[in-house]
Amino acid sequence: MKELLTGSEILIRSLIDNGTQCLFGYPGGQIMPVYDKLYDYSDRLRHYLARHEQGAIHAAEGYARATGRTGVVTATSGPGAMNLLTGLADALMDSTPVVAVTGQVGSSMLGKDAFQESDVISSVLPVTKWAVQVRRAEDIAPAVARAFYIANSGRPGPVVIDLARDAQVGTAEYEKLEAPFIRSYDSDPHPAEGALEETARLLNEAERPLILAGHGISISGAQDVLAAIVGKGEIPVACTMLGLSCIPSGHPQYVGMLGMHGNLGPNINTNRADVIVAVGMRFDDRVTGDLTKYAPDARIVHIDIDASEFDKMVKADVHVHCDARKALEAILPMLDEADRREWRESFDRHREVEEERVMARELAVAAPGGKMLMGGVVRKVCEAFDDNAVIVTDVGQNQMFAVKYSRFNLPDSLISSGGLGTMGYGLPAAIGAKIGVPHRDVVLFVGDGGLQMTIEELGMIMEYGIDVKIVLLNNNFLGNVRQWQHLFFNGRFSSTPMTNPDFKMLAAAYGIAGADVADASALDAAIAEMRKCPGAYLLNVNIDETDMVFPMTPGGNGVDEILLDESQYYKPR
Amino acid sequence: MEPQLYTIAVYTENRVSLLHQISMVFSRRCLNIDSMTVSACSIEGVHKFTITCFSTRTMLEHVVRQIEKRIDVIKAFLFTDEEIVYQEVALYKVPTASVVYTEIEDIVRGSGARVLEIHPNYTVFEKTGHTDEIMELFERLKPLGIKQFVRSGRIAVTRSSREMVDEYLLSREARSLMQN
Ligand SMILES: Cc1ncc(C[n+]2csc(CCOP(=O)(O)OP(=O)(O)O)c2C)c(N)n1
Repeated sequence: MKELLTGSEILIRSLIDNGTQCLFGYPGGQIMPVYDKLYDYSDRLRHYLARHEQGAIHAAEGYARATGRTGVVTATSGPGAMNLLTGLADALMDSTPVVAVTGQVGSSMLGKDAFQESDVISSVLPVTKWAVQVRRAEDIAPAVARAFYIANSGRPGPVVIDLARDAQVGTAEYEKLEAPFIRSYDSDPHPAEGALEETARLLNEAERPLILAGHGISISGAQDVLAAIVGKGEIPVACTMLGLSCIPSGHPQYVGMLGMHGNLGPNINTNRADVIVAVGMRFDDRVTGDLTKYAPDARIVHIDIDASEFDKMVKADVHVHCDARKALEAILPMLDEADRREWRESFDRHREVEEERVMARELAVAAPGGKMLMGGVVRKVCEAFDDNAVIVTDVGQNQMFAVKYSRFNLPDSLISSGGLGTMGYGLPAAIGAKIGVPHRDVVLFVGDGGLQMTIEELGMIMEYGIDVKIVLLNNNFLGNVRQWQHLFFNGRFSSTPMTNPDFKMLAAAYGIAGADVADASALDAAIAEMRKCPGAYLLNVNIDETDMVFPMTPGGNGVDEILLDESQYYKPR
Repeated sequence: MEPQLYTIAVYTENRVSLLHQISMVFSRRCLNIDSMTVSACSIEGVHKFTITCFSTRTMLEHVVRQIEKRIDVIKAFLFTDEEIVYQEVALYKVPTASVVYTEIEDIVRGSGARVLEIHPNYTVFEKTGHTDEIMELFERLKPLGIKQFVRSGRIAVTRSSREMVDEYLLSREARSLMQN
């Protein structure tokens, strides 16, 4: 049935008809007609007012990552739209489905430097999967249907709808639209003939196969098939950072995290494997190190839904161009059961060295003088939540320690800015995640630098009563940069020490409970207190600033040239 | 791998901002586009960009995939000169007075150029051909005093007997029918 509605109402109805339950945003002059209509729909479409548009879009990203549904964000023209850019770039890098609606000046004013006009489409094209300007009310519903389809199909990503004022105030007939067919965009490609069979054959013939599991596993919901495959073939599986939690940390075939600060076993054995099957990952430079020294002995299979990833970084012998779940489902019945215990156990030997030479040091909670170490704090907090929480991180050492020492029982449990490494992502993303999965505990690990980049979003926590546990790993330093300055710039700490506010008081000003943990001896009780607290909580933990993340593969090194501490390279037997 | 001149053909929907979306893939990698020609093609509603660029095959294969990734791009292809039939057009404006006193017949015959317009002040020649042929005529006309010269971007069609874009669109149409 068709109804005559204003463009603003069509927008809201189309958002709802495309599955939107809530959105994050910030009003302003050129999106006021939409906000006016939101007022009427507040019972069906909840709007969360962020304190900055960057906060709004990171919240939408967190929501999307926690739920798999498309995150929606609204902003006004000009400054509002420009404040979204960081989040759009972040969402593009990390394949996060987001639809952003920006207000725009009336079409007769476009291109004339009107008040708060900016060229949104040109600005966002490099950081979006798709972007469109809509100038007429009748074009809104088709644009929204297309935007949602594009954002959350194929390799997900951010989409922008730039809504000129005339479209918002004009009228048109509305009826619910289905996802359109787009001939130039194949969201569900079929792999080339024989590619799946070839993959199964390579795996069956392999003596030392290794599966690299990326974000694509959770995006395609392939966790169970992955577990079935690695179990059947006794194939070790390692995760990229964004792949974490796609297989339980305690799974017998799980051998750890890849990358610059990943575990020894998977990094060393990347260069010993005879077959590597990479699923839904893109061979990021943080994962591969020096490409000329990467996986010299391996035949490589690359499974990805995005054809532009093939051979971009690492030349693969087989390309499987399709959805990760579909590929793994097809491979599973062709896979032979196998006994690869010896190969699997070779990872344990590296693990033992790492436990002894790195983890023992990093997991000791107390540093000299009563300050604490991030690794130990992370482990204790995660255990307090039975390893079942959704872990959200900011960027820096806090992120690396959070991903190294969290353990995951449940899927979709890690939310972190991987590709862009956006400081300030954590707090708003945690808020969005909690809104998306209110039944789960959400724990944020954040540094004192990153927290202050979007700290205004404590306002969202206050206003909407969002239960996020914030663990501030506070070293009064931009710790990650400090580590690099210590290792590679002769300890010249240029602009990395920080004079910080009283974070507990700051939280209190927002009505958020909190505690300062000055001494390691008080940590356990403080964590228990936080766990018990029914609402949001800020735990300000006094971290030793000399704390450093290891193992580490410095830039330019091969994936197996790994520092165990600041002076010793790992020499595997 | 040695860099050389490649031709890239991009087939797109007829929407605004495609030029930007295509060119940003080049500028991101600091690649200079050598020439670009855009027009509607024989398939209704489809536009064709013909781009030439001097670089390595590996680099441009990545570029082509990243262009094709854009939602409104239908297909993109990378060609060497051997795989295509290609052409450019150039216009030369010279003083008519100098034309009268030269062995112009020789030049026009030898180069296959055409005279488009003769004005008491100026004469305009047109030549189609490959870049080197066009530049050869440029050199021959130079002594006459060239007032203006312009050379178009390359246009090209493939030597293949298969029409890949048609085949792709047919397969997409079949998929859409299956879905409905
Ligand atoms: C927006 C942004 N600016 C700068 C950086 C570079 N950077 C990466 S980590 C880091 C330090 C982070 O310090 P902090 O938030 O205190 O966390 P820590 O490393 O101490 O855990 C910086 C400045 C970044 N990733 N993002």
